[in-house]
Amino acid sequence: MIRISANTQAALADQKLQRNLRQTLSKTLHSRNEAVSDVPNWEELRQYARDVKTHTLSRLADYLLELEGKVSEQGGRVIWAETGQEAVQFVLDLAHEKRVAKIVKGKSMLSEEIHLNESLERAQIEAVETDLGEYIVQLATEAPSHIIAPALHKSRGEIADLFVAKLGMAPSQDAVEITKTARKLMREHFLTARIGITGVNFAVAETGTIVIVENEANVRLSVSVPEIHIALMGIEKVIPRTSDLAVFLKLLVRSATGQTMSSYVNFLNGPRRNGELDGPREFYLVLLDNGRSKILADDFLRQTLACIRCGACLNVCPVYQRIGGHAYGSTYQGPIGAILTPQLRSLEEAPEHAYASSLCGACYEVCPVKIEIPHILLRLREKVQGEKNQKAAHLPFEKLAMQVWAWVMCSPSRYARLGRWLRILQKNFEENGKLKLPFPPFNRWIKHRDLPALPARSFKELYSSSEKQP
Amino acid sequence: MSAVSCQLSVAMKVSLFVTCLVDQLFPQVGLSTVKILKKLGVEVEFDVRQTCCGQPAFNTGYVEEAARVARHFLEVYNDSAQIVVPSGSCCAMIKVFLPQLFPEGSTERRRAKEIAERTLELSDFLISVLGVKSTGARFREPVTYHDSCHLLRELGISSQPRRLIRAVEDIDFREMENPERCCGFGGTFSVKFADVSAAIGEDKVQCVRNTGARYVIANDVSCLMHIEGLLRRNQVPVRTMHLAELLAKFDD
Repeated sequence: MIRISANTQAALADQKLQRNLRQTLSKTLHSRNEAVSDVPNWEELRQYARDVKTHTLSRLADYLLELEGKVSEQGGRVIWAETGQEAVQFVLDLAHEKRVAKIVKGKSMLSEEIHLNESLERAQIEAVETDLGEYIVQLATEAPSHIIAPALHKSRGEIADLFVAKLGMAPSQDAVEITKTARKLMREHFLTARIGITGVNFAVAETGTIVIVENEANVRLSVSVPEIHIALMGIEKVIPRTSDLAVFLKLLVRSATGQTMSSYVNFLNGPRRNGELDGPREFYLVLLDNGRSKILADDFLRQTLACIRCGACLNVCPVYQRIGGHAYGSTYQGPIGAILTPQLRSLEEAPEHAYASSLCGACYEVCPVKIEIPHILLRLREKVQGEKNQKAAHLPFEKLAMQVWAWVMCSPSRYARLGRWLRILQKNFEENGKLKLPFPPFNRWIKHRDLPALPARSFKELYSSSEKQP
Repeated sequence: MSAVSCQLSVAMKVSLFVTCLVDQLFPQVGLSTVKILKKLGVEVEFDVRQTCCGQPAFNTGYVEEAARVARHFLEVYNDSAQIVVPSGSCCAMIKVFLPQLFPEGSTERRRAKEIAERTLELSDFLISVLGVKSTGARFREPVTYHDSCHLLRELGISSQPRRLIRAVEDIDFREMENPERCCGFGGTFSVKFADVSAAIGEDKVQCVRNTGARYVIANDVSCLMHIEGLLRRNQVPVRTMHLAELLAKFDD
């Protein structure tokens, strides 16, 4: 079971993390807002993208089959994986069959979701992350803390120290030096790895085209130098038509980094053809379910799958801004992680994710595909309580408290009586107009904030006495 | 003193929902609301049977309990006049979430929808229905305004409170940085993730302090209770004030 509440204190006390989050997120948010304000019909585009996603998800099987057909026609092979384990097994089997000792990887959150690197390591296959941010967290043996900026929790200085310690880099805080060090090592890996593994941003059903957005050209090298390319995608990444890409790319890149367009957009159509000078000899596309079809089954929650992984909701989230990604304890963090994790895994495994939000709604405001994250959080909270109540041997305390509260609130006389009693009782806990209640949930409030005592008379009492005056 | 620039040509009657928190903890907000409405010539109806809208249970996932309280709310307001609420989140609960608590096609859902349609948040009511330019209030202190999340994002209300604040005579209104960023309260979030809630609140307090304002104004006493709790704990010489209290700063 993941307990976010057990991780928050450490995150809040980590001064380095706090500084890194503040510096990076405010910059990213600012760029995003600038890039979005450049697009006069942004709202129209959001709605269009959402409509395309809604439509696609409503007939997902058809589009996936169309995609499979097109990829096969182009000489690629499609692998349907129901679980993460099946996807991992496919990669392991292929690597063994081809006697591959080294794999280069373009950043893929899906591979994080299925813990591919751990499995490869156990099978003694070297997996090298080639996205700089992802490479940094791999070197530090950490998990990404942000879905598009994996090493966001680290400062340049911390990265430099890591490179000095792990790679023998000459001490330097210079970003160019750091990048050069990584690039030099990376070139060697690109030339010696025989499999390249990448994620997928969009897969176009009508043409069988895999689209990958990036800024470092590491994906371009991963898909053109090694002899085998494996693309991993969640089944929700398919879109019907090439023409829709114009909208999706605009929304994705501006929301993610605030760029008008990313440095590289790769359009991949299967393996190398006769006469072509580069590209993989073999191309495999893994279509992974891993809990997604379960989400698809619910008409309302289905929109969770419309996500294009831009990360804007993380950047704008006041909770993420304060606790960072690792505190979520899951592959996906922030608001999208809060709704995705309990659905992909289970409410039982991630019972706190839906509660790790103030429901402020900033995430919905920036979401390029208009996922109603706050409302989904509410629905998930309802489900968490429903399950908890069903499984509990006795009535959980919070449920009992809510029942008593409802019982009081349904009766004006009970409500008034409670108000009067509390006014009498509070005298034992009052000090200078503040309440000092040493029991939950009030002690948790009081730890950080003053709690005002109830005034002598309620509004109802004051109002009715003022109305009686002539 | 500036004249109240709103004269009602027809008799207007509203039904006030003060919310449980205002009733029990912040009665002056309710009294201020009544004072403003009466000055503007609005007849105020107050049903003493009112309690809560059900929001605390609903936001925590206890839908059955929320529905039970919501049923009581529907009963109280079944035949009411136009409902006015001095709270963004309670108003959002009524307008957005209350109908969802009941099954499609049920009488309760229909009634909840009717009630939702005739419910408005106070500042929105003053501007959109009454066309108020100023309530005639006068206040000399520097103030800043915090956008409560439900008011801003569920109800889309941000210009109305600002117009009313700017119309206060002698006011020194100072926008803070990121006024639309959450204060961290979040209902039961404030105790379930108390440390995170307080940390977010401290960011808000910093933005408030940077303006040099003496008062931070908002439309939700729950946000204000959280912000004021932090201000007091950290001995910051800034106080909170509900918009209704500011707008009621005129002589009777």
